[in-house]
Amino acid sequence: MENQFFIDSEFLSPEALEKKHRLETDPSFRKNCMEYLPGMEQISSDICEKVMEQWKTYDDSNYTAKEVKAALEHKTCSVEDFKALLSPAAEPFLEQMAQRARQETSRHFGNTVYLFTPLYIANYCENYCVYCGFNCYNHIKRMKLTMEQVEQEMKVIADSGMEEILILTGESRAQSDVAYIGEACKLARKYFRMVGLEIYPVNTEEYRYLHECGADYVTVFQETYDVEAYEKLHLLGHKRVWPYRFDAQERALMGGMRGVAFSALLGLSDFRKDALASALHVYYLQRKYPSAEFSLSCPRLRPIVNNNNISPMDVGEKQLCQILCAYRIFLPFVGITVSSRESETFRNGIVKIAATKVSAGVSTGIGDHESKYTGKESDGMQGDEQFEINDDRNLETMYQDIAAEGLQPVLNDYLYV
Amino acid sequence: MQEKDKLIIGGHEFTSRFILGSGKYSLSLIEAAVKDAGAEIITLAVRRANTKDQENILDYIPEGVTLLPNTSGARNAEEAVRIARLARELGCGNFVKVEIMRDSKYLLPDNAETIRATEILAKEGFVVMPYMYPDLNVARDLVNAGAAAVMPLASPIGSNKGLATKEFIQILIDEIDLPIIVDAGIGRPSQACEAMEMGAAAIMANTALATAGNLPLMAAAFRQAIEAGRAAYLAGLGRVLTRGASASDPLTGFLHD
Repeated sequence: MENQFFIDSEFLSPEALEKKHRLETDPSFRKNCMEYLPGMEQISSDICEKVMEQWKTYDDSNYTAKEVKAALEHKTCSVEDFKALLSPAAEPFLEQMAQRARQETSRHFGNTVYLFTPLYIANYCENYCVYCGFNCYNHIKRMKLTMEQVEQEMKVIADSGMEEILILTGESRAQSDVAYIGEACKLARKYFRMVGLEIYPVNTEEYRYLHECGADYVTVFQETYDVEAYEKLHLLGHKRVWPYRFDAQERALMGGMRGVAFSALLGLSDFRKDALASALHVYYLQRKYPSAEFSLSCPRLRPIVNNNNISPMDVGEKQLCQILCAYRIFLPFVGITVSSRESETFRNGIVKIAATKVSAGVSTGIGDHESKYTGKESDGMQGDEQFEINDDRNLETMYQDIAAEGLQPVLNDYLYV
Repeated sequence: MQEKDKLIIGGHEFTSRFILGSGKYSLSLIEAAVKDAGAEIITLAVRRANTKDQENILDYIPEGVTLLPNTSGARNAEEAVRIARLARELGCGNFVKVEIMRDSKYLLPDNAETIRATEILAKEGFVVMPYMYPDLNVARDLVNAGAAAVMPLASPIGSNKGLATKEFIQILIDEIDLPIIVDAGIGRPSQACEAMEMGAAAIMANTALATAGNLPLMAAAFRQAIEAGRAAYLAGLGRVLTRGASASDPLTGFLHD
């Protein structure tokens, strides 16, 4: 697993290359990923302990068809039931799980599907996460939009009819600091009803500041709850500090944000255990912060066709569907977001079962909405994309497609108060 | 009887005793609620109305229908007050349904914050209809705070589980002089009918219609059930025995002195 992601850029200096290789091969050269860096706030919380206790003891081979059937019969899905639904023993029950999930989705969300679009405003990054296109050793076009450019991008997106935006940056405090992100949030409030953030984790008071600037929803992906795997995948930078990342959502809620979103990048480690931990992270935080809103996403590493041996932990569509159904049955009230990394067919299918939010009109590049939305040649620089998307439908097409499925596309169901 | 039997909320008269709740909206639902269920009041979530062009629910509302904006999304009294004022600015009128939830899982109302918001909004001239967990003391506080009606939940919102809080709703009906409007959880016409027989002033529902197989038919069924329940209440229910039977000829009829 360790080496499948390593890529050396020909643009690196011999010194940089040497450091990179040493980070990759010599664990003693890497910082302790459980130790906080200076400036990182440490909150007092028992959530992590609760989640990780369950993560450690979960053995999916303990569950059989009997437990799965019982879980599907129970009116309320317990943690044990959820573990059964996530296990391989539940795979033959996928259709029953989907039926149940659909009922729960309909009960809590009716037939609505929410739409949003992400906006990347900077792609500088100080981390070396071996699987990520934005990582600091990758030679890509780096860019940070000026506020004029941010506003121009927002105007183009708002003109398309979109009312909810998710602002993203690479993880660089130096290049895109909290004040810079705050200014972008203030602009976003002018053009959108709902402003979400997917940025590097920050301290409570910084979340409070960003909330005052207009942001109200914070997404942080833990990538994996498996600390041992995490340590081998996040070799450098503040992101390496696993517990600071884990507590990000709680700090965001303490800072006044209305809602928080979670996910593991399924496939980095045992995806069933990561799915369990992601959902329990929501479950325990909800009990502590009952008025907050919660949502789960589901990025995944895909299997390579005809070659299951390379990455046996990769997640296929059926397995992803199983996870999403289990999420829905266990946490009927949470939002489930499915990104444009998934195909049109998968997204059309999953919104009828479990998903409540999809992106449309997506670009993961920097500063290219105008050219992508209007076809107008861009006169400025554009930053490279974080990953390639699979479903490139624009808002109008997505809106029509959802309506054609008998569902109700919703652009906004939110008030900033 | 039916002609004079009006539902009066904050000085406004209504003939229909079915109120469409918010939540699962669609054009066809609103049409069925008005045409087939006879709704004269339609709840509107301000957070959903807070939108641009193509989506606006305000466009769906037929003329002559009273809008009842709700404060869904509010987590405390201050937020509810702000949302109510925004609704008034948006041109939604003076009615407001106070909904305050500090729980994203069950969406149960926060009674204490609801009393506070009711007091503030009533003073500002709103016709306040608070959604609450059925508690007699709270209902009395709401009356004193200036509520125009009291809206206890029947069971968790969206659950279609019917009158889980029946005994407590009955106490409110017996003790509170304002209209008691049963809100949330009514899943079947028979449950609506039962609440009306108990003396509820009106029924609010949404999910029961929205998730029905045939929307207009279910809407009509609710109308009939509510009318039947109301008529039964006005007629005065015959006695109902909980066990045994009662001979129509008394067993002691042979006694002479």
